[in-house]
Amino acid sequence: MATDPLHQFRIEQIVPLHLAGHDVSFTNSSLYMVVAAVLITGLLVAGTASRALVPGRLQSVAEMLYEFVSGMVRDNAGAQARPFFPLVFSIFAFVLFGNMIGMIPGTFTFTSHIIVTFTLAALVFVFVTVLALIRHGFHFFSYFFPSGAPIALAPILIPIEVISYLTRPVSLSIRLFANMMAGHTMLKVFAGFTITMIGALGAVGWLAGVLPLVINVALIGFEIMVAFLQAYVFTILTCLYIRDAIELH
Amino acid sequence: MTDQTPPPSLDELEARLRDARRSAESSSFSPTQRKDEAGNGWLGIAFRIGAELVAAMVVGVGGGLVIDRWLGTSPWGLIVMFVLGSAAAMLNVYRAVNGMGYAVGYRRPDAGANSGGGTNSTPAKDEGEGNRGH
Repeated sequence: MATDPLHQFRIEQIVPLHLAGHDVSFTNSSLYMVVAAVLITGLLVAGTASRALVPGRLQSVAEMLYEFVSGMVRDNAGAQARPFFPLVFSIFAFVLFGNMIGMIPGTFTFTSHIIVTFTLAALVFVFVTVLALIRHGFHFFSYFFPSGAPIALAPILIPIEVISYLTRPVSLSIRLFANMMAGHTMLKVFAGFTITMIGALGAVGWLAGVLPLVINVALIGFEIMVAFLQAYVFTILTCLYIRDAIELH
Repeated sequence: MTDQTPPPSLDELEARLRDARRSAESSSFSPTQRKDEAGNGWLGIAFRIGAELVAAMVVGVGGGLVIDRWLGTSPWGLIVMFVLGSAAAMLNVYRAVNGMGYAVGYRRPDAGANSGGGTNSTPAKDEGEGNRGH
């Protein structure tokens, strides 16, 4: 039971709540989302409190975070996307903290649940679509049919383009959730090997159990990289979508 | 130790400040964009492509099943949407690898935007690729 690698993904109710027939309980997932939001807010508030010319540690971290996302928005979404920086920053910080908090043993990784990542991706998707509609009106729809293609191909091309467009939130959410879930399961499986070997082989098991432990150490480093990379990829794609919505060639 | 290095002269500071200001103001696409995407490396690309294939199939097949249930056209909705979903998956992968962004109808803004990258190509070629891709 202790070695069940999927146990870590179980949602547990902390405060059961029911609203209009729906289960809206406060769960461990919600708890860690609140923790992430509080940590981000705490970091930025504490980091910017002193406003020192020569930044202290906390201020450096806050500034680095800001400049990283700011550069990402500028380089990938263009200067016109400046007004949407707060959204991109919130998404990046939330996903990054969610991933990183999950790297602490015993915590819950809320980004390993597709419903969470899909909600984030759907938010981006709806936002970008509404933005494009506001900016370009019905002109937006003309891009489901590529210019220059023979009109006879429209019945095939338009559905393909529409599916391709609808794929965005799905691929965005699957990528993040699959990476986080696979990584955490893998960590648990390798950790489970150690425990199984100790249980089965006794003294020899203590020696043999070192090997999966060593692999786990390397995997944790790898997972921390993946945690960062996935937050980065999620945000980069958000930026690219915003650029598409703004420029829409 | 740090006491021994002389503080930078005002001219130096001025130059650095100017650089910083310019980079903050510089409009949309600096050459760093290409560098960033290349720096992301094969790992980032691999993560993107795999999800891209799966996602388009999910949308295609899922959409097909929904259409079937809604209109009672089973199994034709599923079959047609499966094929279209596969096509969309290929299209997405093609676009992602090509660095064309994922957007519907998206094309590189102009030749100047992608200077300094390995994927540099003439506008005429871009145009051709764009049309063939769809």
